[in-house]
Amino acid sequence: MRKSGILSQIVVHTILLMGAFTMLLPFIWMVSTSFKTNDEIYVFPPRWIPKHPTLKNYIDLFSSINFGRPFLNTVIVASSITFLSVLLSSMAGYAFAKFRFRGRDKLFFMILATLMVPGQMTMIPVFLLLRYLGLLNTYTGLILPGAVSVFNIFFMRQFIMTIPNDLIEAARIDGARESYIFFKIILPLSKPALTTISIFTFTGSWNSFLWPLIIAQDERMYTLPVAVSVLAGQYGENIAIQMAGSCVVITPILIFFLFAQRYFIKGIALTGLKG
Amino acid sequence: MKKAPSRGLLLVGRIDEMRTNTLWIFVFIGPALILLLIFLIIPIFASLYLSLTDFNVFALTDWSRAKFVGFRNFYELFQDELFWKALFNTFYCLIVAMPVTVTLSLLNAVLLNREQTRFKNFFKICFFLPFVTNTVAIAIVWSWILNPSYGILNWFLGLFGIKGPNWLGDPKWAMPSIIMLVVWKAVGYNTLLLLAGLQSIPDFLYEAAELDGATSWQKFWYITLPMLRPTMLFITTMMIIGYLQLFEEPYMLTQGGPLNSTLSVVLYLYRQGFKFFKLGYASSIAVVLFLMIAALTLLRLKLSKQD
Repeated sequence: MRKSGILSQIVVHTILLMGAFTMLLPFIWMVSTSFKTNDEIYVFPPRWIPKHPTLKNYIDLFSSINFGRPFLNTVIVASSITFLSVLLSSMAGYAFAKFRFRGRDKLFFMILATLMVPGQMTMIPVFLLLRYLGLLNTYTGLILPGAVSVFNIFFMRQFIMTIPNDLIEAARIDGARESYIFFKIILPLSKPALTTISIFTFTGSWNSFLWPLIIAQDERMYTLPVAVSVLAGQYGENIAIQMAGSCVVITPILIFFLFAQRYFIKGIALTGLKG
Repeated sequence: MKKAPSRGLLLVGRIDEMRTNTLWIFVFIGPALILLLIFLIIPIFASLYLSLTDFNVFALTDWSRAKFVGFRNFYELFQDELFWKALFNTFYCLIVAMPVTVTLSLLNAVLLNREQTRFKNFFKICFFLPFVTNTVAIAIVWSWILNPSYGILNWFLGLFGIKGPNWLGDPKWAMPSIIMLVVWKAVGYNTLLLLAGLQSIPDFLYEAAELDGATSWQKFWYITLPMLRPTMLFITTMMIIGYLQLFEEPYMLTQGGPLNSTLSVVLYLYRQGFKFFKLGYASSIAVVLFLMIAALTLLRLKLSKQD
């Protein structure tokens, strides 16, 4: 009995370690390659630790290729989308959860039904609209279509519904205005849900690709994913600089994730159970 | 006995509960609703209409040049060999990637759910990393990993005396390569969802089964799997929706090649719409994509109700 216990422990941990290793390997390889000189890239068998580590790829990336601009764009776009989406979605979620008005649930389920519609379906008309309004290659065009999310509204509604009505009523009896109730009672009580949608919205908009690819045709408005995809096209042979570029796109979210991993993991469980 | 009065109270509470005046309703729902109308609801209908027009590059500067053509786009689409190819490839990805993702995620989740397993948090973080990673950027890394002469995958296979194929250059291997990346990205997320599902299974079910002398295999088969059904429904539905929208991986790794062996529906849509600006035709692809997703999602829900 004892022996088989130890054996199964070894088997289980070997499987998990192999899995974890498969997940980590591409990242290790990316970081290692991004510090290599171009000569060292084409060495076989592959060298895991560069013999002549260099920062040249990163310097090139931010000087001659000007990766700073897309970096800044991505920060602006992702933070604005996150701020707006979290604010607007929790406002709407609060109203759908706690206000009484005619047609409320009908309206809510109509909005919810759009979750089945793939983004590619609305992409073309929205592109035409923004083009017509002259909003291609602008921050407004990159931000506004993402500024509200049906999923976030749904998620916030479900969460706020669990907040007892007594709290809100008591505040009303004390003469509190709706805005006060929302900002001072509802939002503080919704912190777990707000954290969840904030990190997922931020990660999602940082990584978003197809929409910026269509809206940002001018180099100055590229976001990081678009910039790195263009880089891969232009510097097809220069693997090291591509790896450095990928590193710049991936690392901020990775660091963010490592700090907030508790909330990510909790949030995943939360969204799954709700669904 | 206990439930009835509290429910009554709740109802009474509800009636005068949220008698909010209309202005506040507008303030709270208005902004979200206006944005949804402009960027989601009206575009859905506009897309349906566009799919019935011949909107092309000339209409881009002058919308009035787009003519209503009825179902001609759909008629052409169903005779378009490339579209069928894209459809085939997309389903190829879905049909292979879905069971592989479910199996690997379930294996990981079950192993992580064991009480005796150590370093759980470390494993969870490792598995989850690919999910938060930018697909475009990591696809660049993968294309280097898959490089036939200098990539580490073929180097690794070489250690066992296997000569790896030209992954992305061979029409036979290009799609499996893309599926590899897709699965690699998805496993962690689904593992965490399944883990949450496993943790919600009450212990007494297993304890009762143990008293009856059930083996671990029987416990897995007769308790774990049936109890996981809601989670399974959720993750497979999300996978259907997600995998049918396959785009970034083939866009970055192969541009749909070689010989269109990795051309996906969304990649084809992107090409028609934003390379050739045949926006009417592209809209008809979007409509077909939507219908497929809706049909498969409903089918999946129906199947789960039959159980």
